[in-house]
Amino acid sequence: MARAEKTNVAESTASKSAARVQPQPITAMAVIAPALGWLVPGAGHLIQKRWGRGLLLMLSVVTMFVLGVLMQGKVYAFNTGDILDILGFVGDLGAGGFYIVARALDIGRGAIDLATADYGTKYIIVAGLLNIISAVDAHDIALGKKK
Amino acid sequence: MTLSHFTAALIFSFFASIVFGITQRDEQLEMIKYGAKCFVFFVLGTIAAGWAMWILRH
Repeated sequence: MARAEKTNVAESTASKSAARVQPQPITAMAVIAPALGWLVPGAGHLIQKRWGRGLLLMLSVVTMFVLGVLMQGKVYAFNTGDILDILGFVGDLGAGGFYIVARALDIGRGAIDLATADYGTKYIIVAGLLNIISAVDAHDIALGKKK
Repeated sequence: MTLSHFTAALIFSFFASIVFGITQRDEQLEMIKYGAKCFVFFVLGTIAAGWAMWILRH
């Protein structure tokens, strides 16, 4: 009896996992949405008519990035030095267009004499990382994995 | 622009929770609940970490 129940549970779990990992057809939207979402925070959702979500994501990522810059946080350039500096660059790069503009305007040199500037640096990195999560979410929506 | 440590942590928690809520849940109500839960955990975690550091210092 117990063995039969275990088998049923195992079969049910296996069928659920099979349904979850079924390959989805790659559409143009599944490529464009995350790319656009990376370049302009929230745009990956907006292009798929998820207006509320897109605007909230945009507000969150942009506000964090701007606050980070206003707190005189550092915007990392490409580097091959310390591992934390490399990871800082990877995080910052997630902010997409905002990172490109900040680098082009030479914003975010970082003020080492201010304690809050370090918060600013973290704000900028986290804004980039949150933007990557948003872009992946836009990709999932485009694939139909999420509503 | 200068923020206090706690204000900076609160703002950070608020925006990070919004993104977590939207991206980690499917339904709107679930998003709000999860976002609120994340925010509470962020803030409580900040306060707990603050007290832990105070205890270590003393």
